[in-house]
Amino acid sequence: MQHVLDVRDLAVSFFTYAGEVQAVRGVSWYLDSHETIAIVGESGCGKSVTIQTVMGLLQSPPGRVKAGSVLFDGREMLGLPARELRQMQGNRMSMIFQDPLSYLNPTMRVGEQIAESYILHNHVSRAEARQKVLDMMRLISFPEPERNMYVYPHQLSGGQRQRIMVAMALICGPEVLFADEPTTALDVTIQAQIIELMNELKEKVHTSIVLITHDLGVVANMAQRIYVMYAGQIVERGSARDIFYRPRHPYTWGLLASVPRLDQKQRRNFTFIPGTPPDLLSPPKGCAFAARCPYAMAACASFDPEEAAFEGDGHYARCFLYHKGAEAMLQKAQKERGIEA
Amino acid sequence: MTDRVILEVKDLCKHFAVKGKGVLRAVDHVSLQLHEGETLGLVGESGCGKTTLGRTIVKIYRPDAGQVLYEGRDIWQQKGRADLEYHKNVQMIFQDPYASLDPLSVISTSIGEGLDIHGMYKGKARHDRILELLQMVGLNKEHANRFPHEFSGGQRQRIGIARALAVEPRVIVCDEPISALDVSIQAQVMNLLVRLQDEMKLSYLFITHDLSMVRAISNRIAVMYLGSIVELADADTLYTHHLHPYTSALLSAIPIPDPDVEEKRSRMILSGDLPSPIGLGAGCPFASRCPRAKDVCRQSRPMLTEMEKGHFVACHRAKEG
Repeated sequence: MQHVLDVRDLAVSFFTYAGEVQAVRGVSWYLDSHETIAIVGESGCGKSVTIQTVMGLLQSPPGRVKAGSVLFDGREMLGLPARELRQMQGNRMSMIFQDPLSYLNPTMRVGEQIAESYILHNHVSRAEARQKVLDMMRLISFPEPERNMYVYPHQLSGGQRQRIMVAMALICGPEVLFADEPTTALDVTIQAQIIELMNELKEKVHTSIVLITHDLGVVANMAQRIYVMYAGQIVERGSARDIFYRPRHPYTWGLLASVPRLDQKQRRNFTFIPGTPPDLLSPPKGCAFAARCPYAMAACASFDPEEAAFEGDGHYARCFLYHKGAEAMLQKAQKERGIEA
Repeated sequence: MTDRVILEVKDLCKHFAVKGKGVLRAVDHVSLQLHEGETLGLVGESGCGKTTLGRTIVKIYRPDAGQVLYEGRDIWQQKGRADLEYHKNVQMIFQDPYASLDPLSVISTSIGEGLDIHGMYKGKARHDRILELLQMVGLNKEHANRFPHEFSGGQRQRIGIARALAVEPRVIVCDEPISALDVSIQAQVMNLLVRLQDEMKLSYLFITHDLSMVRAISNRIAVMYLGSIVELADADTLYTHHLHPYTSALLSAIPIPDPDVEEKRSRMILSGDLPSPIGLGAGCPFASRCPRAKDVCRQSRPMLTEMEKGHFVACHRAKEG
């Protein structure tokens, strides 16, 4: 089956005065229809840059795609003329951002903003678009749509603005919705509303979602498959259950262990990952995580690990622990982590 | 942790006049006690008044009514040396490690400023003290003469902690100290705060919206909603036997990083948004979103009452079970 989105070996750099920042260093992932995938990682790992490149929103210069391909419905997206790209953006794929206030136009009524891309892509009149806007506002359960389509963003709360962003993104019925930290700026009770809304709309408007977040709780609620990114690379990928219950990469172990859980009692000691992520101006040789990894071996600092495959639905980790020469270290790691071999 | 009360907030109010709109009751009749060596978590959503409360405690704001008592003495009644002493004993750590450090001063200057104000450690001792503080928070002496922009977010937060600790305080008001940090760095900073608390018998008022983290580190937790404390209990009780509907909604809204657990969980999703905190009516502030609200809730404001020992709730309907 053809993937809706197929990203292969994507590499993106930013050329700055300080030198070349290798933000994305050979990343491959795919998205099938009707699924939600999550790209998880900490700030600076390249998750947002990846999505911006796929959407055709990479600012260039300073950014530049160095290698790779992005197939949308089988068609190459990289190098597409601006005109053709614009026909896709907001129409067949769209995006919602972390901070709705800085992406909404403060001088335009929200109804007009929702209608804008619908009018543009479907060549309809404003009057025709009006009905569609009302439908969308009802779909996102916005109270009193007839009245509220005439308000300005500053009159709305954070959660309401994010709903407007969702309506804007979905009005053309895109095949792919990118959600870049969609709930990070929201309060938890509002976050719960938006997560529910997105899960519900995914079924109703038949869209697939690429979720970018650092919040593993949100991921557990939305994603079927997960890609874990570190220093511009995907270090582990698999089904949500593989990643949460059978993680294989030491970075994933560290990430999962450092998040406190609501259903856990008091503790005085948090597991953490020592050190900080590498500077991508001069990425380290070998595995980027080696310097922070408790199980790093001599090979890790000099060679790039290959992806090792595991049981399960497309579960892979980029780590030398699963190399046949590393059995002793793997046993040590599994013992320490309480994992059965 | 002891049962000795080190800091007490009594019926505190802090109101702001909003031009053309009315009065914003940011903190409205709040009372709480902080015990020596304890971590008291203060949680709530944005706009609930938790930061205003923290800032009123460290005297950034002057309260409109009520008292803040440190060791039994009203902090607004004392002047001169006694007032200076209070500022030494009660320090604050801020949320944004970028905005809270002077970009034009090397960090040894920022850390040493408090020492000079309070006349502690002079000359060589001052220099040694700064290096000792850097070491205490996991930085090293080479860092002393660098500027804030040379540090990562996690390191800057460590500097903020070193600055607060410099004057040997007994209470630290931590205002979202880890919210701006990545998860793996959050854990590092939390371990540091916990270790320092054990070593120096510090008391923390830990202000946050992160309910998972606050459960892990707090002895007791207070939940705030629109300027009032709606529930206060020891940490485990709050999570397992909470009585206020807002606490239930808040807890059920937090996603747990575990797909199986999430699938089985039933979620109580509140309808609507936080109402405007300006010009609230006479009733319970939560009544407009509360699934259990009755007429009495809209008419009179429930008082914070002790339902079980150490478990306080402000809800008309909590008594009904």
